[in-house]
Amino acid sequence: MADNQVDNVANDANMSGKRVVRRFTCVNCPLGCDLTATVENGNVVNVEGNVCLRGETYAQTEATNPMRVVTGLVNVSGSEMPASCRTESAIPKALIPKCLQAMRSVELKLPVTIGQVVVPNVCGTGVDVIATRNIGR
Amino acid sequence: MKRQVDIAIIGGGAAGLAAAAAAYDEGARNIVIFERESAPGGILKQCIHNGFGLHRFNEELTGPEYASREAAAVSERGIEIEFEATVLSLSSSKRLTVVSPTMGFVEVQAKAVILAMGSRERTRGPLRIAGTRPAGIYTAGTAQHMINLEGIIPGNNVVMLGSGDIGLIVARRLAYEGANVKAVYNRSHFSGGLKRNIVQCLDDYGIPLKFLHTITSIYGKDRLEAVGVSDVDKATKLAIPGTEKIVECDTLLLSVGLIPENELTSQAGIPLDRGSSGASVDEMYQTSTPGVFSAGNVLHIHDLVDYVSEEGEGAGRAAARYVLDSAYEEDSANAREEGAGYSKVVPGNGVKYVVPQRISIKASGRITLRFRVRDVYKDAKIKVLVDGREIKSVPKRVLVPAEMAQVKIPSKDVSGSSNVEVSIEFGGE
Repeated sequence: MADNQVDNVANDANMSGKRVVRRFTCVNCPLGCDLTATVENGNVVNVEGNVCLRGETYAQTEATNPMRVVTGLVNVSGSEMPASCRTESAIPKALIPKCLQAMRSVELKLPVTIGQVVVPNVCGTGVDVIATRNIGR
Repeated sequence: MKRQVDIAIIGGGAAGLAAAAAAYDEGARNIVIFERESAPGGILKQCIHNGFGLHRFNEELTGPEYASREAAAVSERGIEIEFEATVLSLSSSKRLTVVSPTMGFVEVQAKAVILAMGSRERTRGPLRIAGTRPAGIYTAGTAQHMINLEGIIPGNNVVMLGSGDIGLIVARRLAYEGANVKAVYNRSHFSGGLKRNIVQCLDDYGIPLKFLHTITSIYGKDRLEAVGVSDVDKATKLAIPGTEKIVECDTLLLSVGLIPENELTSQAGIPLDRGSSGASVDEMYQTSTPGVFSAGNVLHIHDLVDYVSEEGEGAGRAAARYVLDSAYEEDSANAREEGAGYSKVVPGNGVKYVVPQRISIKASGRITLRFRVRDVYKDAKIKVLVDGREIKSVPKRVLVPAEMAQVKIPSKDVSGSSNVEVSIEFGGE
């Protein structure tokens, strides 16, 4: 649980060029691998604990620019049930609140189809928010 | 009305849908799924978060997307699904009574039945929390249904008891939607949820997780006003008198475990495994009643839907073979006698249960044994013993009760044995 708590140490160490070990819990799938990333001068030089390539990629971005897939709800005109949506791929973690705001500001029309674009290029990330539920089809 | 079907599948969630498609692909045709709700997908419909399907589809989907793919596979094959259909009873002779608005009351005689009813959440009742009975107390899954399917936020100041995965996911959703999740209290010293979810749903949003705490009082007349939170003794797991503190809140969410929904199973006289709370099955997911199969959360509680689908497929294929191959049917009938032709699979040290509970002497290929551990074990080994002889030892850095563990063994290694034991060997806690 205390895994992601070494960020400050890591930042300080990066500046002084030290070798720092950082630990993360992989989020790409529910397996949740415990990853150990070795960071040298702000670059990830080694990743251990991953069972697939996604784990390695995740540790690298988590150490430099943490990314999240954001899932949310969108109102649909004429439907009591909201549509669900997600970013098509991960976006910077810091943009989650703005992304959720963008999802909230939309009202879709029926029918809603899985994969349809809900918010194009959300928060300037180049990533679309897409619908994940069919309604009224 | 009376109906004859080859395979009746009870439940149109992940397990039932996968079972139907696999049974069809194995050659069965007269298949019907009875689904209680008006759309397929079961619990996946309300799980709008991502993280589903990496094993099955090699990509990361949300629950509704996963459900829609599984449902598409069923409709492409032209398999019938009866919606809003409640199965009222199941007999040991595979006779079902079903009601629905479109069919009315139907008696269904099936050659094979697949139990795919999923699970339900533990509620306030069995927790025996003292106090009033105000509005504002929900199970985490009910709150998830309200938010994600009805667009209703259950409350503003939320306290959660238990840290099961659904609860953790709902805590983040509430934080996303602007509610204040004050704390998650957890009676035991370990979480019932995946570490990944604790990091991503609580830590990321500054929601404290308090181990060895439980809720001992409920306050409020019409609406919940506060809960009393007490420290818990680690050894006895009981609240320590005199430690209660008042925490104001308008909503209490319970995320304290899932229970396989086996009322129909018991009604049909099929014995349950006390460890898994599901039917006792062989490696083909066949229960002790020949021709009745069980898969998914009704068999044992899963953490990954991908494995639910995999089990559903296994049960679907086996049911199709049972229906199409009379020799298989006879074998099953002969083998149902206690122990005849089977190795018994038992949980050993540190293991709560193992599925399957028995392995046929005719099993072929590799067999996946799935189980849950009782506690947190670090630097442990999973051991498989056949009649006392070790055939497998798998080192594990950590084993936790929140995650289902599995080990694969070659069927030839257990063939003809009487006892297969899965146990945990560990040094420390």
